[in-house]
Amino acid sequence: MDHESGVDCDVHPAVPDMAALLPHITPEWREQITIRGIDHLDLTSYPPGTPLAARPDWRPQKGKPGSSLAMMQTQALDAFASRFAICNCLWGAQAVFNADFGLALCQGINNWLAAEWLDREPRLRASIVVPWQDPTLAAQEIDRMAPDHRFVQVLLPVMGELPLGRRSLWPIYEAAARHSLPVGIHAGGAYRHAPTSVGWPSYYVEDYVAQSQVFQGQLMSLVYEGVFTKFPDLQVVLIESGFTWLPSFMWRMNKTWRGVRIEVPWVSEPPAEIIRHHVRLTTQPLDAPPDPAQLDIVMEQIGSDRMLLFSTDYPHWQFDGTQSLPANFTPALRRRICVENPLDTYPRLKENLQ
Amino acid sequence: MNVDVRPRIASDAQTRLGVVDCDIHPMLKNAKALLPFLSERWRTHHETYGNHFKHPFPDTTPYPRSQPALSRQDSWPPSGGPPGSDLAFMREQHLDPNDIDSGLLQVLFPTAASQRNLDYGLAMSRALNDWQVAEFCEPERRLRGSVIVPQEDAPASIAEIERCAASGYFSQVFIAPRIDEPLGRRRYWPILEAAARAGLPLGMHSGGYNGHASMGGGWPSFYVEEHHAGVQSAQALITSLVFEGVFERIPDLKVVIIEVGFAFLPAFAWRLDQHWARLRSEVPHVKRPPSEYIREHFWFTTQPMDEPERPEDLRHTLDWIGWDRILFATDYPHWDYDDPARAITIKLSETERKMVFRDNAMRLYGLD
Repeated sequence: MDHESGVDCDVHPAVPDMAALLPHITPEWREQITIRGIDHLDLTSYPPGTPLAARPDWRPQKGKPGSSLAMMQTQALDAFASRFAICNCLWGAQAVFNADFGLALCQGINNWLAAEWLDREPRLRASIVVPWQDPTLAAQEIDRMAPDHRFVQVLLPVMGELPLGRRSLWPIYEAAARHSLPVGIHAGGAYRHAPTSVGWPSYYVEDYVAQSQVFQGQLMSLVYEGVFTKFPDLQVVLIESGFTWLPSFMWRMNKTWRGVRIEVPWVSEPPAEIIRHHVRLTTQPLDAPPDPAQLDIVMEQIGSDRMLLFSTDYPHWQFDGTQSLPANFTPALRRRICVENPLDTYPRLKENLQ
Repeated sequence: MNVDVRPRIASDAQTRLGVVDCDIHPMLKNAKALLPFLSERWRTHHETYGNHFKHPFPDTTPYPRSQPALSRQDSWPPSGGPPGSDLAFMREQHLDPNDIDSGLLQVLFPTAASQRNLDYGLAMSRALNDWQVAEFCEPERRLRGSVIVPQEDAPASIAEIERCAASGYFSQVFIAPRIDEPLGRRRYWPILEAAARAGLPLGMHSGGYNGHASMGGGWPSFYVEEHHAGVQSAQALITSLVFEGVFERIPDLKVVIIEVGFAFLPAFAWRLDQHWARLRSEVPHVKRPPSEYIREHFWFTTQPMDEPERPEDLRHTLDWIGWDRILFATDYPHWDYDDPARAITIKLSETERKMVFRDNAMRLYGLD
C-alpha cells in the first residue's frame, strides 16, 4: 500500500443496468423509462470491456467492473488500507440531451449510491452527480443531496457542452460554494463536441489521451472566466486527468496571460498562482516518465506539495499491485498525498459521522 | 526601426551565426494584391462571394486579437500596407539586423485550407503559392516558401505539392491542424505521401477553421484561451499521426510543429506511452511506443518560447526533447515575436546555439 489510512479520491461504482436505478428514480420517470425501454447508458468514454476499464484481477467474472461492493471493499479499501474512498459514478446521466431526464437519472444515481454503497460500507463517500445540462436543476440536486455529509463533492464531466467557466454554469458553483463542497471534474463526458479541436479521432486510445487537453482547456476557462474571483473559496479537483502536464501548462498560461491580460482584467494574479491555490489533481493515471528522476523534477516544477490527491481509479487499470505511487516517494510525501491533502480538500471527511 | 523598450543585451558570440528563422509571416499589401495571381473566374469569385468559412466572419476572426494585424506595433511598414507586406522593410527591420540567412514563410491570411468551396480553396492555394514566389522568394533568396494546399481535396493538394516542389522555391508543405478530420485519418494519407515523396516536411502551423470547438469541452469565450489552445491542437494532431500508424506507412514523413512552443512535449509523450501500452490491442498497427515515433519524426519551433518559472527547467526540457529537434523561430512580425538575441534566457554552448539557431533547420529543410 502507498500509505495507511489514506483517502482514495477516485473509485468507480458501476451502475449495473437501468433496473438497478429504477427503485431510486421518480415514479414519473420510472414509467417513461419502462414504457420506452430506455437503457444501456454506458459511456463512450468508458466501454466496460476495454483493458482500461478493469485491471484483470479487478474484473468480475460476471457483470460490469465496479458493480460489486464486496470486490471494492476487498480490492480497493482493504488492499490499500484506505480510511475512505470517494465514489465517482460515471454513467449516462450527464450525457443525455433532455435536462429533465438528466436530473431524474442523477437523482436516481445519487439515491442509489446512498442506499447501495454508502449505507452498506461506512468507509465510502461519494460525489453528487448533477445535470449540468440545466444549471438550475443541477443546483437543485446539490441542495437536495448536500445535507447528507457522506456526499463530499459535486461531480461534473470534463467534456460537456460549454467550457466549465462559462457564467451560465455559475449556479452550480454557487450551490457548491454555499455548501462548502469542492467541484470534481472527471475525465470523459457527453461528446457534444469532437474531443479534440482537430476533429473526431478514430480510436478510443486517442479520445482517452486527449482528455488531458480537455482538462487544460477547462482550467483556462475556469481561471479566465473569473470563477475563482467570483467564488474565492471554491476548490476544484481534476480527477483521472493526469498531472505531469501541469507545470508546462502553467508556464504557458502565465506567459499568454501576461501578453493578453487586457482581455480579462478581473484575472489580477498569474494563472499559475490561482491554479496552485484552487486546483487539486488525483494521482492516477500517473503518466510518469520511465526515469523516476524525471518525475522528481516534475514534482518540483508543480511548485506545491498540496496539489496531489491519492487515487487508485479503481477498477480502471492504471497500475499493478498495491503500490500506486512511485517507490521513491518519501513517507512524508506519501502522507501529504494520501492523507493530508485529501482531508484539506474534503473537509467533510474530518467530521465524525458515526 | 525597431522600438527598443529595454537596452539590447550584447550577445556573447562575436562570430556571425547566420540564423534560420523557421516562422515568418508575409502579408498581402491589400485586398487586391492577390488578384493578379487568380484567373478571371476566380478573381470574380474572390471579389463577390469571397471567403466562406465554418465560422461567422468572412473577413476576421471570432476571437478578436490583442493587437491590430496580430503584429508588433513597430512593424507597420512606413511605405504603407500591413506588417509583413513590404519586403524591403522586412529586410531592413528583421532579416538584415537579425542576421537571418534563411526564413521559412507561413502564409496565414487569407486562409485557403479552410475554404468550404474546394475549387476556390485550390485557386487561392495556387495564387498564394505564386504570390509567395513572386513577392518574396524570387526577389529574396533568403526566404523559402511553404506550399499552401486545399487540405480537404487530396488530388488537388498532391498536384499542387508536385507543382511547387518542382519550382525549387519551397521548403515545406503548410498544414493547418484544424481541418475537417485529424490529420492522421486515412483520407489525408495521399497528401502526406506526396509531401514525403517531394522531400518536403509538413509545417503544422497553429490555426485553421474547421467548425470544431477549440477544445473538447466547448467554445471558449476569449482570445487568451484561443491563443493557448493551439498547444492542445498540436497535441491532438501528433496523437492522430502516431495512432493512425502514419509513420509506419510513410517512414520518410517529417513534421514541424510551429508556433505552439515545445515544453508540453515530455509529459504529453509520457501520457501517450502509458496509454498505448494499456490499449495497444486497439491499434496493432502502432508497433512501437509513441515517444519513439515522436523522437524520429517531429521537430518543434521555439516560438512562443516557453518560460519555465525556474530557468534551468528550460534546459531540462530541451535535453529531454533533444537539441537536434529544436528550430529557432521569431514569428515576425507578430506581437509575441521572439527576438533572436533575447528569446533564449539560458546560456547555450556554442554547439547548442548553432544547432538551435541554424544547423537543425539547415539539415531538416536541406538548405545547405
